[in-house]
Amino acid sequence: MRQIYLDNSATTPVRPEAADAMREVLLSDYGNPSSFHSLGIKAERIIKEARRQLAAACGVNEAEVIFTSGGTEANNLAVKGVARRHRKRGKHLITTRVEHPSVLNAFRALETEGFEVDYLPVDREGLVSPAEVIAALREDTLLVSVMHINNEVGSVMPVAEIGRLLKEKNPQTVFHVDAVQSFGKLPVDPRKWQADLVSISAHKIHGPKGSGALLCREGLLLEPLFHGGDQEQGIRPGTENTAGIAGFAVACRLALRDREENYRKMTGLKKYLAAEIKRQIKDTSVNGPEEGAAHILNVTFAGIKGELLVRFLAEEGIYVSTGSACHSRRPEPSHVLLAMGLSAEEVGASVRFSFSALTGREDIEYTLEKLEPAVAALRRMTGRKK
Amino acid sequence: MIYLVRYGEIGLKGKNRRFFENRLTENIKKALQGIPGCSIRQLHTRNYVEVPEERAAEALQRLQQVFGIVSLSPVTVAGPDMAAIKDAALAEFSVLARPGLRFKVNTRRANKRFPLASQQVSAEVGAHILRSIPGLKVDVHNPETVLDVEIRDEAVYIYTQRIPGPGGLPVGVSGKGLLLLSGGIDSPVAGWLAMKRGVTLEAVHFYSPPFTSERARDKVIDLCRRLAVFGGPIRLHLVRFTEVQKELQEKTPEKLSVTLMRRMMFRIAEQLSAKRSALALITGESLGQVASQTMESIAVIEQVVSIPVYRPLITYDKQEITELSRSIGTYPISIRPYEDCCTVFLPPHPAIKPRPEAVEEAEKALDIPALVRDCLEKTEELVIDPENGS
Repeated sequence: MRQIYLDNSATTPVRPEAADAMREVLLSDYGNPSSFHSLGIKAERIIKEARRQLAAACGVNEAEVIFTSGGTEANNLAVKGVARRHRKRGKHLITTRVEHPSVLNAFRALETEGFEVDYLPVDREGLVSPAEVIAALREDTLLVSVMHINNEVGSVMPVAEIGRLLKEKNPQTVFHVDAVQSFGKLPVDPRKWQADLVSISAHKIHGPKGSGALLCREGLLLEPLFHGGDQEQGIRPGTENTAGIAGFAVACRLALRDREENYRKMTGLKKYLAAEIKRQIKDTSVNGPEEGAAHILNVTFAGIKGELLVRFLAEEGIYVSTGSACHSRRPEPSHVLLAMGLSAEEVGASVRFSFSALTGREDIEYTLEKLEPAVAALRRMTGRKK
Repeated sequence: MIYLVRYGEIGLKGKNRRFFENRLTENIKKALQGIPGCSIRQLHTRNYVEVPEERAAEALQRLQQVFGIVSLSPVTVAGPDMAAIKDAALAEFSVLARPGLRFKVNTRRANKRFPLASQQVSAEVGAHILRSIPGLKVDVHNPETVLDVEIRDEAVYIYTQRIPGPGGLPVGVSGKGLLLLSGGIDSPVAGWLAMKRGVTLEAVHFYSPPFTSERARDKVIDLCRRLAVFGGPIRLHLVRFTEVQKELQEKTPEKLSVTLMRRMMFRIAEQLSAKRSALALITGESLGQVASQTMESIAVIEQVVSIPVYRPLITYDKQEITELSRSIGTYPISIRPYEDCCTVFLPPHPAIKPRPEAVEEAEKALDIPALVRDCLEKTEELVIDPENGS
């Protein structure tokens, strides 16, 4: 059966080039980068080279790249690391209601430690207003954290504008951007955004799971999440994941090589899929801004259960997802769609299609071919009879 | 470590006793599989189970899950002379003694060649303990601890603990039953209760891909793995039910869909039972819990089969069922949030009192024999082994 993978915002298949690099490290360059012998030095060099590539890709210094176990750890390290290290300076924190759970739940954890958090609302398109961010600032605001691209609906937050206004008004306040969904798709530019901290991850760009990084402005002090040796300047101790880091670097190089072209291609695919869905299937609506990220399309198919459509399409070899887990016994409708003003029923009827550089026009054609009958069958079978 | 294993009612079953005892011994052996160095001896309506010292706690935990066992005691074995008995008794006491502890010694003498009478043994052993451990008291009326001394032909057994077993009958003595296993909280408990009365369990699960998740199927397999801990490997029949659901949705009144669905399940289960020589269906139904479990619904649903239907939970409250489910370890599996066929297709207002005539009328739209045949053909069979240890 054909396999059409349209769940790239969840994770992506690893590129063979990245897997090859990892295999080499796992089987041959397995030394501990902290060891004095030549095997250790070899591993250290691999990490150094990866660090150089990632730093160059984001326009930061090599010392500003802290390798982590992925986006969740990078987000936790940023949010908790700033709040706990600088708590003497204040206890106020700002974020949005549509952040990834690894950000939102880090903030909730900080609330139990005595911090005060403002969770800013978003508009119908999932966008936070820079003016509202600025209005929420207090003298004792330690940290503002805003994601670049929303993982569920693809809204692109005005992070550069937020960074500029924020630093004008409150230069002391640390600015964190979760760029896990945008890295490799849109330019990730901490300097331009005036962001002190930026989270990125390998497995969203055809790299391995368990590998990511936090870009941390030089001079900004963070409280580590855990304690150990002096790896990653002591901020992120633990023997380095050399293979994961090597795979990350390769994936990064490939993602950035044709980034613009891929982005244009995905934009075309998204527009085409959205237009055809609207044309072929009645009672559908696209969630998120028209000009959102090229690789994420979120659609509400009125009258169906998103989870069922996911399974129907999977039977045809097409893999998509609902915004987030939503099930009958413990309904947890997507906090993002709810924040955007959708009803619980609309949220439950929503499905996310997410593309990657490897998605082709024929994948979309095949999806469209199977989508209309699946939605029709579901509406017929699980819809209410008159 | 030796455990004295007692069984209750199976000791009373006349001529069948051997059969029951042998089954229990077999089940104990199976329960202890994977612990090397265990041995079992059947003697005077008891079992003596010897297990390696370092795995005694694990063995005990497993024995406590073997139906038919009423209680267990870790025993010290001594030779038939007073000095040895006193030493063993003292050893038993050295761990539980504390100042002021009230105890008594209770002796039974089955070996009548033993020179002292029961009373005398108790008195001597008691005196020895009092002499050796200062601060204890004998209290024959209201003891906190009883030291049992059983003088039998082959040996003397000394113990202070009596650990309850699950009771019931050994799995396998009653015959085979087919459990309708949904993945919810109730049906695994019903299966467990049936096993407790000696029933060998097979299970049938109805699933409707792609309406139901593959994870729901995994969940049912995990439930079987858990239940198998109590009664050995379970044969699970997975019936692909999607076609039936589609037919019901398209051709029958929504209000009756739950009743009609249950009738189809019963018909298919009855056929499976015939094929597998099961003597009864077992369900997790509990009176009045949901629309399909009113007295009217149960009557209309049961009409379509002639095989007996056992409903161990019929008079249980949800609370009681949930507690049992927790104690047998199926609860955390049951509450995993995946939809089964019952929830996806649940109409907003199912009939609470379906009339038989209306139901039969509605079924005229269906080719029932063909649907049943089709489901049976698409049934997948798995044998699920018990989960390890725990």
